[in-house]
Amino acid sequence: MSGSIDVSLGQVAAALALVALAAGISRWQRADLEGDIAVATVRSFVQLTAIGYAIEAIFEADTIWLVLALLAVMVLFGALTARRRASRVPGALGPLLIALVVAGATTLGLVVALDIFEPTPRYLVPVGGMVIGNAMTAAAVGLNRLGDEMADSRARIEATLALGATAREAAAPIVRRALRSGTIALIDSTKTTGLIFFPGTMVGMLLAGADPTDAVRLQLILLYALLGSVAIAALVATSLAYRNFFTPAQQLREPT
Amino acid sequence: MLFGLRDVSYSRGGRRVLQSVSANIAPGATAVVGPSGSGKSTLLRMLNRLADPDEGEVSYRERSLSDYDPLALRREVALVPQLPALLDGSVVDNLRYAARLAGKELDAKHCLGLAGLSDEFAERDVSRLSVGEQQRTMLARALAQRPRVLLLDEPTSALDQLARDEVEATLLRLRRELEISLVVVTHDPEQARRLGERALRLEAGRVVASGPLEEALA
Repeated sequence: MSGSIDVSLGQVAAALALVALAAGISRWQRADLEGDIAVATVRSFVQLTAIGYAIEAIFEADTIWLVLALLAVMVLFGALTARRRASRVPGALGPLLIALVVAGATTLGLVVALDIFEPTPRYLVPVGGMVIGNAMTAAAVGLNRLGDEMADSRARIEATLALGATAREAAAPIVRRALRSGTIALIDSTKTTGLIFFPGTMVGMLLAGADPTDAVRLQLILLYALLGSVAIAALVATSLAYRNFFTPAQQLREPT
Repeated sequence: MLFGLRDVSYSRGGRRVLQSVSANIAPGATAVVGPSGSGKSTLLRMLNRLADPDEGEVSYRERSLSDYDPLALRREVALVPQLPALLDGSVVDNLRYAARLAGKELDAKHCLGLAGLSDEFAERDVSRLSVGEQQRTMLARALAQRPRVLLLDEPTSALDQLARDEVEATLLRLRRELEISLVVVTHDPEQARRLGERALRLEAGRVVASGPLEEALA
């Protein structure tokens, strides 16, 4: 097989058999996930179809402003989605927005500056989507852990503040663990890539008929870019969000 | 005057924890007594600015607490909370951390001795200590900062009678030898009598008596 492949709607519909299987397992085991599976299936179809048309329009317009607008929408939705996972962190939206903007801008800026990709919609849109998506997951997991640990460790944090430690010093071990939990999943999957799982880009390129060497090299670039972006996102989100637990007088705020 | 409270009120979760509290706390040893939920711990936390009043003012050595840098204040006015909450690591790691924050040289053996712990405890991991030993480590850690005032929240609530007697003896010795002022929160009037020179009695967030021990506890 060479060149691009054509996929009919009939083939997409046939793949729903596996969704039916997942729903069947849920029903059989009374896991009560059928509703979520249905919502996920419908949303993925609608969202991917819509983004497919949007990307087609952006590629045709070939202007950087439309790319930036699309990336901004991705950042906004990414931050709003991540905020739901960070419900125990007060004022989480601001840190999440900043984290995704910094992670996206730094990663895309570097891959363009290092001449890895051309600054054209064909590269910036898919790479930007992957970068922001992974940064969102990392920031959400990091803040979820941060919120849980801050709630569970109030006594220890206040005892440390009572010694005259700053909020930053008192929260440091928790912020460190939150940062680790935000990044560890991608680091682990990067370690095992090619052994026990094939990443999506490579699979897509191989299915589309690309040379395996090219597919592997592109995948490596993306993995390394993603490592950078998740580390930046988790770092920025956790380092900004922990401050919201404290007052300017270095007191622990009462939980809301 | 060590501390002064003027019309201090504090509410949390829709509940008035302290209501128009006015009191003076003199240098020396003061017991803050009252039943559970009377606002004792909140009052103690205000004395080193772990909490600020919603209304009114707290002063330390005739200056409003809001004029102090909270970090410098907490190194001078050390609070030992009711439940032990040590940092991961060894006993001496905790002491070192506190001494470093206060910019003081650490004499671990001396601090452990003051808190009634032998120096064999220094390298012990805090997760392997009994609650009583953790409580004493909390005290030793506060002493590593060489504070001028110790605020103690129910310092013996987690201890059996023998350990309680030892901690009380330690506190009286600290008071005598180091001339540290103590403010001790306790629900036990007998402990207030053993440790305090004066007392402040709270009920439902209000001061109902204050002054010399027997007068305030009568």
